[in-house]
Amino acid sequence: MKQNRRGGVILALIPFVLMVLAFQLVPVLSMVSNSFHSGDGKGITFGNYVHAMQSAYYMQAIKNSLFISIASSVAGIAIGLVCAYCITRFTPAVRDRVLMVSNMTSNFAGVPLAFAYIILLGNNGIFTLLFKDWGWDVFAGFNLYSWTGLALVYVYFQVPLSLLLLYPSFYGIREQWREAAALLGAGRWQFWKTIGLPMLAPAIFGTMGILFANAMGAYATAYALVGGNYNLLAVRIGSLVAGNVVTQPEMGSTLAVLLALTTLLAVYLNHVMVRRSGRFVARAADKPQPKASVVRRLRPRAREELGQ
Amino acid sequence: MNTRKAGLAPRVLILLLMVYLLVPLLATGLYAFAQDWQNSLLPRAWTFDWFIQMFQDLRFMEALWTSLYLCLISVVVSLVVMLPAVFVITMYFPRWESLMKGIVVLPYAVPGVVAAVGLIRTYSSGPLNIAGTSYLLVGAYFVVILPYMYQGIRNSLLTVSAAELLQAAELLGARRRQAFMNVILPNIWPGVMVSALLSFSVLFGEFVLTNMLVGGHIQTIQIYLYKRVGESGHLASAIAISYFVFILVLSMVLMKLGKKMGGVRG
Repeated sequence: MKQNRRGGVILALIPFVLMVLAFQLVPVLSMVSNSFHSGDGKGITFGNYVHAMQSAYYMQAIKNSLFISIASSVAGIAIGLVCAYCITRFTPAVRDRVLMVSNMTSNFAGVPLAFAYIILLGNNGIFTLLFKDWGWDVFAGFNLYSWTGLALVYVYFQVPLSLLLLYPSFYGIREQWREAAALLGAGRWQFWKTIGLPMLAPAIFGTMGILFANAMGAYATAYALVGGNYNLLAVRIGSLVAGNVVTQPEMGSTLAVLLALTTLLAVYLNHVMVRRSGRFVARAADKPQPKASVVRRLRPRAREELGQ
Repeated sequence: MNTRKAGLAPRVLILLLMVYLLVPLLATGLYAFAQDWQNSLLPRAWTFDWFIQMFQDLRFMEALWTSLYLCLISVVVSLVVMLPAVFVITMYFPRWESLMKGIVVLPYAVPGVVAAVGLIRTYSSGPLNIAGTSYLLVGAYFVVILPYMYQGIRNSLLTVSAAELLQAAELLGARRRQAFMNVILPNIWPGVMVSALLSFSVLFGEFVLTNMLVGGHIQTIQIYLYKRVGESGHLASAIAISYFVFILVLSMVLMKLGKKMGGVRG
C-alpha cells in the first residue's frame, strides 16, 4: 500500500525536476562539455584550457580577479572582525540597530552602489572636486576607475556581509575563559592570540570563503564602474558571451568553468568550516540567542550577494 | 560574553563603520534632491525636479512595470512548482533531502555570469531557441530564488508539524490533495509569503542574468538604471534612491511579517 501512495505523489515532483533540469543542470553540463570542444567543432580537447593558460590576456584577467577578491576579502574580514568584536560590547538594542543598518546597506550593491561611488569619488565626484578645492592632494593620485577604486567599492559590499557572518561566533567565546586566562596571568593581547583567535579561526576561514566567492562572481559592480576598461574574469566572460550572440562560445565556457571552480572551492571551504565551528558552538551551550526575528531576516540576506 | 558598558574605542569604531556604510547612501539621496552640487559640502539649492522627470519618463514606467511583472511571474511559477515538490520530498521521501539540498545550494556557489553562459549555450540554438525572451529569464530567475523558496517552504512545513497535520486530516477522511490544499497550505502560508517576498526583492535587484540573457530586448529597472547612469547623474540618483526605498519598505514588511509569526523559527 505504501508503494502505491508513493506512486501517486511522485507526479508532484515532475514540474520541479523538469525546471531544474532545463534551467540548471542541462545548462551547466552543456557549458562544461562545450569547454572541451575545439573551435572547429570536432573531438574532445583540452586546447581551450591550454589556450586560456597561455594567453597573457586571459591570465591577466584571472590574476586580477583573484588578487582583488583576496584583497577585498582580507580587508572585509579585518574590518568585520574588529566591528563584530565592538558590537558585542554594546547592549542588545544597540547591537540590533547596528546590524539592521549593515543589513540594510547590503541591499545597496551592484549598479546603484557603483553609481553612488561615481557621485562621491568619480572624475567629477563631490569629494573629488571638494578635495581639489581645499587643496588636499592626498587624493590627487586616486582614480575610481582603476584597481584601487574597484577594490574600495568591493570592500564596501564585503564589510556588511563579513560582519553579519562573523558576529555570532563571538558569542561562542565565554567570559569565563577570559577570566581563567587573566587569572593565569595572560594579558588581553595574549588571550586573543592564544585563545580567542584560534577559537574564531573556523568562522574566519568560512566567512573568507563566502567573501571570496562573492567577489570572484561580482559582475554588476565592476561592469557598471569600469565597463570593459579593467580586465576582470567575470567581465571578460560577459563580453565573450555578449547578449544572445555567442561570439566565442568555447572560450567563454572555459573561463566560466574556471571561475565556477574557484567559487565552488571557496563555498566548499565555507561548508567544511561551518561544520567544524558548529561542533564547537554546540558545546558552548549558554550562548545568548540574538533576537530571532533579526537572525531570520539576516541569514538568507547574508548569502544573497553570491548571486550578483 | 557579558555585555558591559561599551568603552570609547568600540563607540568610535562603530560610529566610523556607520559613517562608512551610510555616506554613499546619503550622498545618493542628497544628489537626487540637489539642483546643483559642486564645490561645496552640501548642495546649494534643492529641487523635486528629478523625481518629477523620472515619473514623466515613459521608459522608466515601462521598466518598472516590466520588473514588477517579471519578478511576480517568476515567484508565482516558483510557488506553483516548489510547494508540491517540497511537500512531497519532506513528507514522503526524506531520504532525498540531501540530494535536494545539493541542487538547491548550487545557485549560491555558481555565480550569475557562469549560469548565464550555460543558459545562453543551451538556448541560443537547436530546437528550443528561446534566447532573449522572457521565458528564458523566468527560468533563470526560478533557479536564482530556488534556495530561498526551498528553505522557506521546508522550514514552514517543519514548524507546523505538517506530518501530524496530514495524518489527522487523512484520519478524518480527507484525500491527500484535499488535505494539502485545505489543511497544509493555509497553515504554512505566512512562512511561505515571507520567502516569496524575500525572493521578490532578490529578483528586483538582479542585474547579471538580466543583462546577459535579455539585456538588448527587455528593460528591467536595473538595466534602465544602468543605461541612465551615463546620462544624468541627478536623474539616476533619483531612480537609485527610489529603488532603494522600495526595497527598504519591502524588507520592513518582511520584518513585520517575521515578527508577527512570533515564536516561529524561520
